[in-house]
Amino acid sequence: MSNCHNCSVQIDLPEGAKRIVLVGNPNAGQSVFFNHLTGMYVDVSNYPGTTLEISHGLYHKDGVIDTPGVYGISSFNDEERVARDVILSADIVLNVVNALYLERDLFLTQQVIDTGVPVIVALNMSDEAEKQGLKIDHQFLSKLLGVPVIPTVAVQKKGLDELKANLYKARPGITDPELHKQLDQLCQQVPSRGEALLILEGDDSIAQRHGLKPMDQREEIYLARRHGVNQIIEQVVTDVRKYSRFANTLSRLMIKPLTGIPILLIALYAMYQIIGVFVAGTVVGFTEETIMIGYYEQFVRSVVGIYFNETSILGSILIGEFGILTMTFTYVLGLLLPLVAGFYLFLALFEDSGYLPRIATLADRVLTSIGLNGRAIIPLILGLGCVTMATITTRMLGSEREKRIAIFLLGLVIPCSAQLGVIAGMLAFVGPSFVALYALVILAVLAIVGKIMNTVLSGQSSDLLIDLPPLRIPRIKNVITKTFTKTYHFIKEAFPLFALGALIVSLLQVGGILTYLQNVLAPLTVNWLGLPKETATAFIMGIVRRDFGAAGLSDLMLTPLQTVVSLITITLFVPCIASIIVIFKERSKKEAGIMWASTWVIAFLVGGIVAQLARLLGGDTSMQALIIAGVVWIVVGIVIIGLNIYQKRANSLTLLKQA
Amino acid sequence: MVTLDKVKRGQSVTINLIQNESVRSQAIRFGIATGESVTCEEVIPAGPIVIRKNRQLIALGRHLAKEINVNLN
Repeated sequence: MSNCHNCSVQIDLPEGAKRIVLVGNPNAGQSVFFNHLTGMYVDVSNYPGTTLEISHGLYHKDGVIDTPGVYGISSFNDEERVARDVILSADIVLNVVNALYLERDLFLTQQVIDTGVPVIVALNMSDEAEKQGLKIDHQFLSKLLGVPVIPTVAVQKKGLDELKANLYKARPGITDPELHKQLDQLCQQVPSRGEALLILEGDDSIAQRHGLKPMDQREEIYLARRHGVNQIIEQVVTDVRKYSRFANTLSRLMIKPLTGIPILLIALYAMYQIIGVFVAGTVVGFTEETIMIGYYEQFVRSVVGIYFNETSILGSILIGEFGILTMTFTYVLGLLLPLVAGFYLFLALFEDSGYLPRIATLADRVLTSIGLNGRAIIPLILGLGCVTMATITTRMLGSEREKRIAIFLLGLVIPCSAQLGVIAGMLAFVGPSFVALYALVILAVLAIVGKIMNTVLSGQSSDLLIDLPPLRIPRIKNVITKTFTKTYHFIKEAFPLFALGALIVSLLQVGGILTYLQNVLAPLTVNWLGLPKETATAFIMGIVRRDFGAAGLSDLMLTPLQTVVSLITITLFVPCIASIIVIFKERSKKEAGIMWASTWVIAFLVGGIVAQLARLLGGDTSMQALIIAGVVWIVVGIVIIGLNIYQKRANSLTLLKQA
Repeated sequence: MVTLDKVKRGQSVTINLIQNESVRSQAIRFGIATGESVTCEEVIPAGPIVIRKNRQLIALGRHLAKEINVNLN
């Protein structure tokens, strides 16, 4: 059977080098420790069989490996499987715990200690805990755990030198004697105590590696561990915290729908004012128009133009309308970078203040009806910024089923900020009832497609289970660091995708395929959607960049109804080429292909239904626009009721079969 | 005995039994296990249940709460 080094990340280390593994709960602040230990030279590799990325670097001669934030190591999800395998191959585990949530974090600490690897604990955020009136006797904690415990404030670099000095004093900690006995017995059959522990805890895949049956003592062990941790907490923590009544009340108001929805709307409105108006208008106007198009593209064209004519094939690929050197750079650096940074800034603010888990709690009710849970609100909000970025974020969702639903909905109904700008501009001229028609139809598609996927797809979505940390004023330094790191990683990951997208589009253009597609679509556009022939060109441009498509429409003379029909179609139409590439990267080729084809069908189907309804009922006045919206929602209502009945029948059938 | 989703705000309960095995294992990590006592902090209509255990606030989806049997204290 394979030993554990084969199932973990392959990193080349010099002979005799140690593997130092960083472990912690989500948001414990591991990355700061990782960066401090490894400095600038960091490699990222994809963990085999998952979309998770593992960072690793060097500390002197030893390897440092980061792991995804987890609450425990078992096989509940990819993150845990990866963390588990990396920990099993560790020589030293540096466990970062958050002093504020010691009760929660020590469960993982104790589990890691039980695997028998040498551990050192960084008690992070110790200043914050003390400030709040939470006293932790770290020396006593160290004695009870049997491993060194070093108080740190990582963002201020406090305690990090002491941590480094003690790193190699990491040692195996204290395990409950009863568990110890069982482990010793099992250790005669498997090479390491860590694997023995996981087999005892009922881990299928580890048991299989050794041809053993998983044992089902997980519950006993977990309960005993929980109990042990609770006792430790009682002995080392003195809690004299005073809770601000205001924060408590606000917390309550944030999660109750009656007050929570208005608060969320205010937050989103602030986001719109800052990102939608200031960043998208003022900042992008400067970065895209002035810097990138004005100076950069001019410069590149003049330099590259010396060697290649812009109208030659190679010339148009490099510096043409969709050129890799021109459009990709302008798009990613001039347009996306400021917008994405803006969105990550808000995400970091929401996260650091503790508002984000409360939004997830508030949104859970609605999202469960489309097969997602509250946590999916994060990719959905990010989608309004950039669908490509949001699609990458769906990795955090708990099951394949949820990832599938979220990715498809993002590609189909969520307009990204670039597109929203143009859409908002066009809707400004059609009057409120036509705006309502647009919004209601898009929402109807979101509701019905989500509902259908939730009914039809097999499997089960995961449930919401999150802790709500106390609300606090966000710490600027945290927020800035988070925004910067996330933006940097996104640009690094997305840039090649946008370049590849530009290349594909240029080739399609050079090969005459774009024109061909426009001609194919034209009859459908004229007869079925009731739009001028030129709109087909706008739709096809939407493949390149969604805002190109929308911008192509604003030059045409359209009636309010035609405007709405074309905007509905282009919103639902295929996501931009970079998003499509991400979808192909994240999902199987077959699944991504089906998603891509479905967006074509659904876009033209829904746009056509609205156009045909207008033909039947009239679509010139405000009243008629509202009637169309009403009819659409009646149909949606009937379908949803039908699906509910179908689901109940299917459920009772399975119950009958079981009986 | 009732399930956690039926509990009202402010009530204090003792966890009795968590039927679903994977729910049970995940809940234990948050300190929600048989015999532990928790207070219901908030019930979102048709949505999640928020419970308090010592100083920690935890939000559980309604579906999950249905799987947890509790005794009222």
